[in-house]
Order: sequence, then C-alpha cells, then structure tokens
Amino acid sequence: MNKEVTDVNKAIEGIESGMTLMLGGFGLCGIPENCIAALAKSDVKDLTCISNNAGVDDFGLGLLLQKRQIKKMISSYVGENKEFERQMLSGELEVELIPQGTLAERCRATGAGIPAFFTPAGYGTEVAEGKEVREFNGKHYIMETAFQPDFALVKAWKGDTEGNLIFKATARNFNPLMAMAGKITVAEVEELVPAGELDPNEIHTPGIFVQRIFQGESFEKRIEQRTVRE
Amino acid sequence: MALDKNGIAKRIAKELEDGFYVNLGIGIPTLVANHVPEGISVEFQSENGVLGMGSFPTEEEVDADLINAGKQTITTKKGASFFDSAMSFAMIRGQHVQLTVLGAMEVSERGDIANWKIPGKMVKGMGGAMDLVASAQNIIVAMTHTNRAGDSKLLAECALPLTGVRCIKRIVTDLAVLDIHPDGGFILKELAPGITVEEVKSKTAGKLIVPDHIESVKLD
Repeated sequence: MNKEVTDVNKAIEGIESGMTLMLGGFGLCGIPENCIAALAKSDVKDLTCISNNAGVDDFGLGLLLQKRQIKKMISSYVGENKEFERQMLSGELEVELIPQGTLAERCRATGAGIPAFFTPAGYGTEVAEGKEVREFNGKHYIMETAFQPDFALVKAWKGDTEGNLIFKATARNFNPLMAMAGKITVAEVEELVPAGELDPNEIHTPGIFVQRIFQGESFEKRIEQRTVRE
Repeated sequence: MALDKNGIAKRIAKELEDGFYVNLGIGIPTLVANHVPEGISVEFQSENGVLGMGSFPTEEEVDADLINAGKQTITTKKGASFFDSAMSFAMIRGQHVQLTVLGAMEVSERGDIANWKIPGKMVKGMGGAMDLVASAQNIIVAMTHTNRAGDSKLLAECALPLTGVRCIKRIVTDLAVLDIHPDGGFILKELAPGITVEEVKSKTAGKLIVPDHIESVKLD
C-alpha cells in the first residue's frame, strides 16, 4: 500500500480549526518541523496540541503560538518559551500539564485500544484531583485515560512508501507512540525509500500505523542546549 | 565547611553500586556522573530515551538527534540503547532503575517532595519527576539545606504543591546526610566537615532526630 504523498501540504490536508493534534518530539529533538512550518502558514486555529514540550519562541510549536493558532497545550514541560509564558499568564492559552510517563502511556494506550489505566505517578498531588484512585497490593494508583486525537504528526529518520519508520537516537521519544494514536498519522522523514529497501528487522513503527508519508524538504534540527566537552 | 555542589555529588556517588541503572535529574544530580567510584560499573538512563549515556560530545561529535533529558547534547557509551518514551517510563515505573537522584525545593519529614511548582510563578511543568518519585525504590535528594532566602527546605510538611508523597529515603545537603524515619523525622546520619549538630538543627524546620553516633561525610 503506497502511503506516499507529494508534499507537506498534501500531508496536512484535512487539518481544521478546533482539531486535536499530537506532535512528536522531546524539546526540539525529533519534532515534525516541516508539518509545523506548513501549519504556521495556514489559517487553522483553535488547535489542541498534545506534545511533550511547546518549542521555543521561533521554532517548533513556538511558531504556531506566535500566530495564536493554539487554544490548548497538553504537555509535561513548557519552560523554554516566552510567548508561551505570556499567553499562559494572560489566560489566552489553556495549559494542561501532565507527568511525562503518563503522557507517554496515554499516547500508547490511545493507539493500543486501551481506554484507561492506573499509574502511581501523581498520586497524592494536584495531578490526582478528580481522578479515580485505587489500591493494588498496598500501593495507590490513579486512573488516567487515552486521548482522542484527530491527527498525529511524527518525524522519523528513514521511512519507506509503505509507511514503515525507523527513528534515530533520542529523536525517537514520543514519535512511535503518537504514530500509533492518530486517526490519521502523518510521518515526515529525512529519507524516503521505495518499499523493500528497509530491513524488516530494523523497523520501529510498522506502516499500518501511518496513513501519509513524505520526505521533508529540509530539516534544520536546531539544538536547544549545545553542550560540548573540551 | 559546607559541601559545594561537587561535594554533594561526590557524596551521592558513594551510594552507587556495581550493576546499578541510575537516573540523574537536572542540576547537582547531573554532576554525580563525574564521580563514579573506580572499579564499579553503572549505566545512566535519561528519560527521553537512552540508556548508557556517555560524556558530552566534542564539537565534531555533536548530534542534534542525541540529547539528554536536560536537552543537552550527549554521547553514548559502548552497549548503549535507545527506546521510546513509554518504554523509558516502563523502566522507571517498573522499578528496573535502581537509583534516582533529583533536586528539590522542599522535603517533608515524612519523605514528601515538592520540586515542580511555585504558586504565583510561571509553572514549567513536572516533566518526568512525578513518574520518577512515584516508583523508584531508592530516591536520593540532592539540594542545599536552605533556600536563597535562608529558609529551611527540610520541613514538617511541604508548603509547595507536592511532586510525590512518602517517597524520599535519603537527603544529601551541603550540611549533612539525613535519612527519613519511617514514622517521620530527619535522622542526622552524617555531618559535612566543620558543621555542627546545632547548625543543622537551626536550619532544619522539621523534626530532627539526632542519634548518639554521627559520622562525618567522607568524600574519598
């Protein structure tokens, strides 16, 4: 089954105002930067974005924040973005902060047909407020639920026309989990090859989870904290 | 003399045992990696998806796709592995990681920890801290004994929003090493060089338990 679309605009076709999107990446590492740039050029707004972080002021999801295209962010850590801070404090932007492992598991559950699960993370904290608590083997757990995203936008290193994906190093992070979760999953890859050229043993995300794939025009892959030894 | 950041890290490094998988938080905990005792083998996990973290890269080795949870560029050691975020937290919640070291704004005498949110200030989020403290068997807090205003960070009850309840076992500060008593209280185990029991007492707002015998912190 050929999943290839010609360009980024075809890839994001159908994303409308008010939709819920999942976006892969940790910090600026492994983010779908071509899709984000295309969304920033579009008129869609009132988006709910599920993403571990919210980019920086002029890159990643920061681009959508600058244009007020995001209504709500669901993230675990959002510390690197002044415009985000301004919108959050002024009440323009709704923010839901959830523990990183819970975020990851909720993404996984979404794609795996699991509506809810119990986790110890956040028990006894404000994260647990309003949530069902149960005790298993003497320890307390809170119930967390799956998401209901319309689209998942992920970034991989290599992909083939069947939608099979291979990620590189820590750019993997949330991408395989979100790929499983999208009603429509869009994968942008650095290198798109014909089916048969990737070793089936090496595939991280099987093509069944991917509806659209394209080779990104360019990848800036900006580094947030360049740290080197002497 | 109170311990500096490296002193605190060095003392915590003495808790490392051969074969440990360890998760280090941002700040002082990161420094622990620089002081692994000779002759033992430990692997560092970073929750964004790498096991077997190495040193920072040289300028030539920098790879935008290879970072730690602090978003710093890193390298890997031989035998390293990469994985997705769900598997990473499976390692953490599933208790496959033997030791977690993290910083804190406050710790209570019951072992509660607060380290993610100050009401009225910009809230950045808890990241992976709540998952880490909810599950790890062995959590050590690395922090200064008092905050910048000089107020104690070791309290009867945390005033700030909690990250986790009854999860901390040991605290290493610039002044002392303290364990949490199962019934509540900070047990004074070790004193930093030149620090007196009276000084620790005056800077500990929660209940301090002073045993007959207190060791002094040894860094070598």
